[in-house]
Amino acid sequence: MRAMTYRGPYKLRVEEKDRPRIEHPNDAIVRVQLAAICGSDLHLYHGLMPDTRIGHTFGHEFIGVVDEIGPSVQHLQVGDRVMVPFNVFCGSCWYCARGLYSNCHNVNPNATAVGGIYGYSHTTGGYDGGQAEYVRVPFADVGPVRIPEWMHDEDAVLLTDAAATGYFGAQLGEIVEGDTVVVLGAGPVGLIAAQSSWLMGAGRVIVIDHLQERLDKARTTAHAEVWDYDEIDDVVLEMKRQTDFLGADVVIDAVGAEADGNLLMHVTGTKLKLQGGSPVALNWAIDGVRKGGTISVVGAYGPVPNMVKFGDAMNKGLTLRMNQTPVKRQWPRMFEHVRNGHLTPREVVTHRFPLEDIAEAYHVFSAKLDGCIKPLIVPSAS
Amino acid sequence: MTEQDIPSAYLRDKRTPPPSREELRARIPGWGADLDPADRPSSPKLQYPADSGAHWDFPDRQPGSAGREHSIEHAFVTPVFGTAQPLHGLSGAIRRLAYARFSEGRLAHWVLLVLGDRVDAWGSHLRSFGTLHPDDPITETGVRAELTAGGTARRGRSDRRHQVLDPVLVAGPWVAAGAGMVLGARRVARALRG
Ligand SMILES: NC(=O)c1ccc[n+]([C@@H]2O[C@H](COP(=O)([O-])OP(=O)(O)OC[C@H]3O[C@@H](n4cnc5c(N)ncnc54)[C@H](O)[C@@H]3O)[C@@H](O)[C@H]2O)c1
Ligand SMILES: [Zn+2]
Ligand SMILES: [Zn+2]
Repeated sequence: MRAMTYRGPYKLRVEEKDRPRIEHPNDAIVRVQLAAICGSDLHLYHGLMPDTRIGHTFGHEFIGVVDEIGPSVQHLQVGDRVMVPFNVFCGSCWYCARGLYSNCHNVNPNATAVGGIYGYSHTTGGYDGGQAEYVRVPFADVGPVRIPEWMHDEDAVLLTDAAATGYFGAQLGEIVEGDTVVVLGAGPVGLIAAQSSWLMGAGRVIVIDHLQERLDKARTTAHAEVWDYDEIDDVVLEMKRQTDFLGADVVIDAVGAEADGNLLMHVTGTKLKLQGGSPVALNWAIDGVRKGGTISVVGAYGPVPNMVKFGDAMNKGLTLRMNQTPVKRQWPRMFEHVRNGHLTPREVVTHRFPLEDIAEAYHVFSAKLDGCIKPLIVPSAS
Repeated sequence: MTEQDIPSAYLRDKRTPPPSREELRARIPGWGADLDPADRPSSPKLQYPADSGAHWDFPDRQPGSAGREHSIEHAFVTPVFGTAQPLHGLSGAIRRLAYARFSEGRLAHWVLLVLGDRVDAWGSHLRSFGTLHPDDPITETGVRAELTAGGTARRGRSDRRHQVLDPVLVAGPWVAAGAGMVLGARRVARALRG
């Protein structure tokens, strides 16, 4: 089969690989019909995630058709069209039993500090991902869900991660009616987080980024106020000025490890890899939120220490909430929101690339060419 | 400063009220649909799913776990695991040491894994030159998209800063390796002559 393969930082190619096989009785093999590149994939692509091996196939956002099932699979049949949460999870460990699907303890031998994720290095379990024609899906009775008839494929693929994460991010903010919510980052995750903040009763939603096309999208699809941080001398001070010197009630970090906006942090964190990513956005959140406020972190960081302003967080009495998204938990409620048009994931899609052009797709998304916000990948066999 | 001018942070209850529910509902589709935390799927954090789909207490164990690296913070290789890109060669030895010797709480664990990544990348580049499919920095970095953007009309680049930083980072090691090779070749040539 054809599959994206990693060749080192900023380099990848499409190779011929063996079709994955059933390795566990509850496995399924899914023929991928549509996949996506996530902002998280950029962390791998840029070499920020330890134990990213040459030859690894990325891709944790995908939908497709069940092609083969293992002997213990009961809930799926060959031919079912499924959407697959980006988490690999067992449904039965101490964590899964409490709904913490993204923190499953039975699927990632390589680390306890993160659960299992498709196509996301060996640090998350060493599973090849879905930017390929076929993918192995462990615990087929637990993760995948049949795509509802009415759902658009592009909504379905976004619901496997980016959209679910935006919705989860707003929940972590513990928004109460009338809150002023600041969303850092207007990527797919930030855009859905902004939409979701309104659902939870925000009275004011501000989205901060520096890419014009993304800020435009935040204004039109998320009805948010938008600030371009390149035009603001001091983002934290501006957050205070605009809130009568209080600060925002809630700040959502939808940026993560590759945050820009402070050259020293960006270069040491993202380029030289001396930190587990650049903490610029997180530090803006800590300093810009009001005392006693809540910070939601859905932006992803690496396992190496970061220069986070923890003293300020402590002195301000902040609540910090964060996690990888337990995706499947979000779905029943999100399906209603998508069906009602309250959440519109597919509006963030800007590009569709054939799998054979995936090197270009990564470059376009990484270098922010051509107004790219969310690129989808279409494998040839689909 | 008169009392009226004092910002709300300094007073008990002076915050400008947000727009009314009616106004917000009229402007924003679905405003307030999840106002009640009971409607939010991740509130509270811990929830006990009635049926996760799992029909086992502990999953069947996937065969082939013997010798597979695992975090020493785990009691064993987990019952299910990825089998992509098993450890091999020098990078494999470095990574194995990271897993076998240091918990995730130790910086050495991660620094060794990062080192393993670089050794893997450079080893693979070098090995690829001995194959029919050598690494090609032009096609593999996708820079052709600078001209085509995947065949779509090019609307240009909105992130100017990375225009400067990224090429240095991507091409830098290749340029350095090339320069190193030239210097090395000169030195060899000089040694042979001398
Ligand atoms: N928690 C999870 O489960 C989960 C799931 C998906 C993605 N993520 C993470 O969420 C983050 C966003 O994902 P995405 O797909 O939207 O990525 P993206 O790369 O498309 O978007 C990130 C945006 O942040 C902007 N940005 C950079 N520095 C900034 C700063 N200092 N302030 C404000 N904006 C800044 C960038 O211009 C970009 O538009 C990533 O870190 C990703 O890894 C987490
Ligand atoms: Zn993702
Ligand atoms: Zn589990």
